Amino acid sequence: MTPILSIQQLTAGIEEREILKGIDLVVNPGEVHAIMGPNGSGKSTLASVLAGREDYTVTGGSVTFMGKDLLEMAPEERAREGMFLAFQYPIEIPGVSTANFIKTAVGELRKHRGLDPLEPAAFLALMREKMKLVEMDSSFLNRSLNEGFSGGEKKRNEIFQMAMLEPTLAVLDETDSGLDIDALRIVAHGVNALRSPTNATVVITHYQRLLDYIVPDVVHVLWNGRIVRSGDKSLALELEKRGYDWIKNEAAVEA
Amino acid sequence: MNSEQSILDDVVGSEYKYGFTTDIEQELLPPGLNEDVVRFISAKKEEPEWMLEWRLKAFRHWQTMQEPAWPNVSYPKIDFQDIIYWAAPKKKEGPASLDEVDPELLATFEKLGIPLEEQKVLAGVAVDVVLDSVSVKTTFQDKLKELGIIFCPISEALRDHPELVRQYIGSVVPPSDNFYAALNSAVFSDGSFVYIPKGVRCPIELSTYFRINARNTGQFERTLIVADAGSYVSYLEGCTAPQRDENQLHAAVVELVAHERAEIKYSTVQNWFPGDKDGNGGIYNFVTKRGVCEGAHSKISWTQVETGSAITWKYPSVVLKGDHSIGEFYSVAVTNNKQQADTGTKMLHVGKHTRSRIVSKGISAGVSQNSYRGLVKVLKVAEGARNFSQCDSLLIGDACGAHTFPYLEIANATATVEHEATTSKIGEDILFYCNQRGIDTESAVALIVNGYAREVLNQLPMEFAVEAQKLLAISLEGSVG
Repeated sequence: MTPILSIQQLTAGIEEREILKGIDLVVNPGEVHAIMGPNGSGKSTLASVLAGREDYTVTGGSVTFMGKDLLEMAPEERAREGMFLAFQYPIEIPGVSTANFIKTAVGELRKHRGLDPLEPAAFLALMREKMKLVEMDSSFLNRSLNEGFSGGEKKRNEIFQMAMLEPTLAVLDETDSGLDIDALRIVAHGVNALRSPTNATVVITHYQRLLDYIVPDVVHVLWNGRIVRSGDKSLALELEKRGYDWIKNEAAVEA
Repeated sequence: MNSEQSILDDVVGSEYKYGFTTDIEQELLPPGLNEDVVRFISAKKEEPEWMLEWRLKAFRHWQTMQEPAWPNVSYPKIDFQDIIYWAAPKKKEGPASLDEVDPELLATFEKLGIPLEEQKVLAGVAVDVVLDSVSVKTTFQDKLKELGIIFCPISEALRDHPELVRQYIGSVVPPSDNFYAALNSAVFSDGSFVYIPKGVRCPIELSTYFRINARNTGQFERTLIVADAGSYVSYLEGCTAPQRDENQLHAAVVELVAHERAEIKYSTVQNWFPGDKDGNGGIYNFVTKRGVCEGAHSKISWTQVETGSAITWKYPSVVLKGDHSIGEFYSVAVTNNKQQADTGTKMLHVGKHTRSRIVSKGISAGVSQNSYRGLVKVLKVAEGARNFSQCDSLLIGDACGAHTFPYLEIANATATVEHEATTSKIGEDILFYCNQRGIDTESAVALIVNGYAREVLNQLPMEFAVEAQKLLAISLEGSVG
C-alpha cells in the first residue's frame, strides 16, 4: 500500500531558529492520526510546513505526498493535488462571498484535474448539501468569507470547504480550539462523515477532548520538534490523565 | 516556490496592453501657447466669433492663475509652453463614410477593440471617437436624430446648434473655475455634445473613446451633456494612450445639466498609460467634471473606474439645485507602481430634500499613493438634505499609501450625514489562505479586488462592467511579489 503521506527526518524552522528537529511520520489511506503535544512543541509549524507557508524554511529531510515530492510544490499546487489544511485561525475576506470563494477554489481544483466547471445549479445544490453536513444555514453562502462569523462558524466553514474540496489528506490544525461542546460535536461529525478508505486525516490538537469524537488510529506526541512517542488511542487518554510532563521528562532522559 | 516565482516574473513583465502608436499623417502646431494658438484652434474649427472671444477671455484669465498645489501628489513642474495644443489627423475632406477614413486609423480602432461597424448597433453603443484633437467619426447619429437626440463632436455642435452650446457651455464649470478648466476653455479642441430632448429616454448607451496618439500633445477635450425635462441618458467614456517616455497632459472638462426629472448616468473607464514600473512617462490626468441637477427630482450619477494615468486629479461633482434631486458618485481608483491619485467628489446641497451618495473604493499597490478627497456641503437653505458616504481603502503590500480627506460643511441642522470608512489589506495571510485552497496569488488578488469593487462595478453598463473587471486584474498584475 502506497502511503498518502510519508515524512522522513524533516527539519524546518523560522529564520535562524530550528523548530522541527527530525520528524518521521507515515500516514496510510483510511487512517486518522492525531498529533498531540504541549504548546510550542512544533505542531502548528508542522501543519504550516506541510501546506507550504513561506515563513518557514525546510532545512532537511523529505516529504512525499501521493508519491510526489511535496516540498517542490507551490502551496496552491499542494492544494490542487489534494492536500487540505483547516486553519487554526481562518482568515476573513471582505467582499468575497463564501459561495464565490469556494466556487473559485473548486474551479481551480477541477481545472487541475482536467474537468469542466460544474453547472451553477448543480454546484449550488452541492454547496447546500455540504452546508447541512456542518449544520450551517445556506445564508452563509452569500456572506463575505468568515466576516462577522463567530469562532465556531469559522471552524464549521473550514469543514464545509473541506467537504467541497474532498481532499486526499486533511490536516486539522487545532480545529477544536475555541469551540464549545456543541460546535465540537458538529465539526467532528463533519470530519467523520468525510472519512473514507482512500483518504486520511491528521488531527493536530492540544487536548484529548476532540479525540472522543474523532477517533484516531494512531496518536503521536510531539515534543521539542520530535515525535517522542506513538501509540494507539489509549496514549491520548494517558496524556489526559498524566499531563505532558512525564513525556517531557522521559524525552529528557533519553536525550 | 520556484514556479510561483516564475509566474510572478511573468506578470511583472507584462506591459501596458494599449501602448501602440499609430502612424498617421498628423497636422501639428509647434509647441507653445499664446493668443495666436487660441485663434488658430478656433479658426480651424470654424467657430463663431463669440466662441473665440470666450476662449480668449479664458486664456487671459488663465494667465493670471497658478497651478493648484493642494492635491496630495508630486510631479516636476509642467512647462506649458512645451506642449503641442493642436494635433489632428490630416484629412483631405471630412470623411462622409467609413471607406474614406484612413485605414491606419481604422486599424487603431480595431486594436482598441472599437469596431465602428454594425456590431456596435447590435451592442447598442453609439461611439464618438476622439483621437488627439479631432472627433473622427460618430456612429448612429441618424438613428438618434429621429428621436431628436443630438450626439456629435462639440465642434460640430458649435456649427449646427450654436445657441444650445452657447446657452450651456461654461454654465456648470465656468472658465475661471480653476487653472486647468481655464486652460481647457482656451484651447479645447474637441469633445462630445449631447442633448436629449424633453421626455426622451435615450435607447442606447452613448460612448466616447478618447486616445492620445501624437507625441508631446496635450488632450483637452470638452464634453457637454444636457438632459431636458423628463429625459434619460447613459453615457460612457473610455480612455487609452500609447506608451511614451515623457509625460503627457490631459486636462478635460465635462459639464452635465439635468433638468426637471431628468437623469444622467455618466460612466468612465480610464486607462491612460500609467507610466512604467519606475515611474517614467504616463499621463497627467487633470480633469474637471461637474454636473448640475437644475430641476426638481433630477438625478446625476457618476461612476468611474480609474486604473491608468501617472497622476489623477479629478473630483466629479454634483450641484444639487433642484428640490428632491439626487447626486451619486461611485468610484474605484487603482494605483500601482509609482502612480498617484487624488480623487473624490463634491456634493453641494442647495435644494430641499436633496440626497447624495458617495461610494469610493481606493486600491493601492506597489509604491503608489491613493487619496480620497471629498466635500459634502449643505447650504443653509437646503432643508432635509441627506448624504451617505463610504470611503474604503484596500492596500496591497507594505510600500503603498492610502489617504482620506473627507470635508463636511453643514449649515442646516436638518441635514443627515453619514460617513463610513474602512481600511483593509491584502496581506500574506489572506494570500496564503487562498493558495491553500488552490487559488494562485494573481487569481486571489483579482478575486478579492473584484469583490471589493463590486458595488461600484455593478453601476456600470453590463458590457463595460466585464471589461472593467478585467482591467482591474490587469492593472494589479505583478503587484504582489
